[in-house]
Amino acid sequence: MNTVTEIVESTAVDPNFIASVLREMGTESAALIPILQAIQERYRYLPEEALVEISRALGLSMATVYGVATFYAQFSLEPKGKYVIKVCDGTACHVRGSLPVYDAIRRKVNLVDGRSTTEDKLYTVETVSCLGACGLAPVVTINDKVYGQMTAEAIRLIIDTLEQEGITDD
Amino acid sequence: MSWLMVNGQSVVLNGEKSVLDVVRKAGIDLPTLCYHPELTIHGACRLCMVEIEGRGIVAACHTPPEAGMVISTNSAVLRRLRKMALELLLSRHDRECTSCSRSGHCSLQDLSYRFGITDLRFKQEHDKQLPIDRSSIILRDPNKCILCGECVRICGEIQGIGVYDFVHRGAKMVVDTAFGQHLAETDCVHCGQCAAICPTGALVIKPQINEAWAALNDPTKTVIIQIAPAVRVSIGEEFNLPPGQSTMGQLISALRSMGASKVFDTSFAADITVLEETKEFFQRVESGENMPQFTSCCPAWVKYAEQSYPEYLSHLSSCRSPQQMLGSLVKKHYAKELGKKPEELFMISIMPCTAKKFEASREEFTTSGVPDVDLVITTQELAHMIKEAGIDFASLPTTPPDQPFGFVTGAGVIFGVTGGVSEAVLRLGYELITEQELEDVVFSEVRGYSGLRSCELTIKDRTLRLAVVNGLANAKTLLEDLKSGKAQYDLVEVMACPGGCIGGAGQPITNVNRQVRHERGAGLYLDDKAGPVQKSQQNPAVLEVYQKWLKEPGSAEAHEALHTTYRERDARCKITQPLPGKV
Ligand code: SF4
Ligand code: SF4
Ligand code: FES
Repeated sequence: MNTVTEIVESTAVDPNFIASVLREMGTESAALIPILQAIQERYRYLPEEALVEISRALGLSMATVYGVATFYAQFSLEPKGKYVIKVCDGTACHVRGSLPVYDAIRRKVNLVDGRSTTEDKLYTVETVSCLGACGLAPVVTINDKVYGQMTAEAIRLIIDTLEQEGITDD
Repeated sequence: MSWLMVNGQSVVLNGEKSVLDVVRKAGIDLPTLCYHPELTIHGACRLCMVEIEGRGIVAACHTPPEAGMVISTNSAVLRRLRKMALELLLSRHDRECTSCSRSGHCSLQDLSYRFGITDLRFKQEHDKQLPIDRSSIILRDPNKCILCGECVRICGEIQGIGVYDFVHRGAKMVVDTAFGQHLAETDCVHCGQCAAICPTGALVIKPQINEAWAALNDPTKTVIIQIAPAVRVSIGEEFNLPPGQSTMGQLISALRSMGASKVFDTSFAADITVLEETKEFFQRVESGENMPQFTSCCPAWVKYAEQSYPEYLSHLSSCRSPQQMLGSLVKKHYAKELGKKPEELFMISIMPCTAKKFEASREEFTTSGVPDVDLVITTQELAHMIKEAGIDFASLPTTPPDQPFGFVTGAGVIFGVTGGVSEAVLRLGYELITEQELEDVVFSEVRGYSGLRSCELTIKDRTLRLAVVNGLANAKTLLEDLKSGKAQYDLVEVMACPGGCIGGAGQPITNVNRQVRHERGAGLYLDDKAGPVQKSQQNPAVLEVYQKWLKEPGSAEAHEALHTTYRERDARCKITQPLPGKV
């Protein structure tokens, strides 16, 4: 049983979807952020074609749209992996050893050179500041499932399970 | 009458927008690194800090003045803070001044000297070497950027394009293009205004001085020069002469002594442009097709139309720009007269413009496979070369340009200032409509410097609706008005740079000063008045060229040598269709 909700793999941008978002939110420049949020929610990142379309519709330069998209941490310009693993590095998690957990995950999924998503787009590994579950520190989330009191050993096992189940699911 | 105090001296308020303006009016040169009077206020560099009694320390550039304010600009604390602000900027700045092309004209360098920065308390961040973008004629070195945002605003506000913006956040913030694209892949039109306004060496025009020297020193090449109208009234500024003083004669002497074999005047080709473009205009008036007609001498505008308003490309005059007309005449016809092949001639244009570098590289402008214009050097670059050669420019004797492309009229000379092309066309159009000689050649209706102006002129039984635009943001406004039917015109002149070519980004750096631009413009109008002939149609050398090679304006021969076509660009601003006649 896979308890982790899988992210829909991003396919080509659907122009009808963009059109409907624009219809709903309007094309005033103030609508930019809500529009980006809607796109991010659907694709889990902001595809370049979508940004080109939005900049045209709102009459904003591409650079401006890109500037806004890179300013907020909630937006991502890279397609994310099927599993997004977030390691909390808030104060509580940090002092209880979140970084060794983070390093263990990166090694386990073979992430090198400061990249955050694996070549095969299976995993994205990020740190976040305080998930608000300090009692469970250190905390890791995989998509929307929360894992408390993580250790390097425990998270490796979880990923192993995930991999097996992920494969049988395909 | 309201007033305030600056350093104990009372200053009368007269509608100034900011404390900065008032303080400067009081004769105090407050330092600024992110303020420009023609752009919106950014307020990021904090160098303009002043102390206002009861308010504390504020940035003068975005504080509106109020009656009774007591301002001080030079207290110990201000001096300490200002110096620290500079030091912090310098800690993120690649300080390789000796090999920076902005050295000597860099505001950051000037201010560091002025504030006596001799040692830096903050260690330089060495881990942030970012790649330099060399894809375009504008070089971007983000390691020298101080995040003043002037490029962001001039490109967005004046050119209406917005190639750059601030991206990322906090310590990671940089000024960049969308998706970090190379400049050559963006909708940049190469106007260079961002490089002209950048206070540091983060944006500079790719230097091509070495290529010019190589050609001048090559005994197998006959180097032929052309000089654009706006260069003559600005280059003197680099040699302590006032802006607007015409130095065409000295320029020619300098170029000859540097090894040029012929020196021609681009205004000659401007005269030809007037004949071709006016002919085309009246043909369109008769047929009613592709009206209004837009001018086509500004290559930044041409690229802008190709990428953003392809539906208007058929409205652009098919005339090549004067630079390309002269290049084409030299390579196609004059070469034969000299008994040379086109590839044995090396044409260098001296231009106030950076987009001309891009224009010269367009595939449309070649003769038997060689470029019509081999190299474009800006006013600034030429001034550099003159200094390198050790020539005492100001005391040079004057030399006349060479024939057959040396005799020019006032109409050709005013091409360098906004409204000039329209006026030159009117001087011919008037005579064509009335079949009478035009006595007073001044059309003050099209003169001036505002970014978008229009007028209706009634000549005999005909009314012409003209619009004159400088700055592409204004062109955008005009095009949108045309589209919606809000405005109607017959002839529209568009120049991308503020004030026209006199404000081109290849001009001396003082370019960004409106007053200087106006003096240069006045210099061109003075040259127009002082010359023996003021109408292109009376240029005897032009008439001879038609007789020899081109028959008459609009002939097949003229089309072959002097006209061109335009093609739409895709989302990456690349031309996708093949050149007509080529597969
Ligand atoms: S050269 Fe002109 S169009 Fe290109 S980025 Fe600079 S200001 Fe914008
Ligand atoms: S590139 Fe130049 S003009 Fe643009 S923000 Fe940086 S320093 Fe300012
Ligand atoms: S000039 Fe006022 S903050 Fe930069």
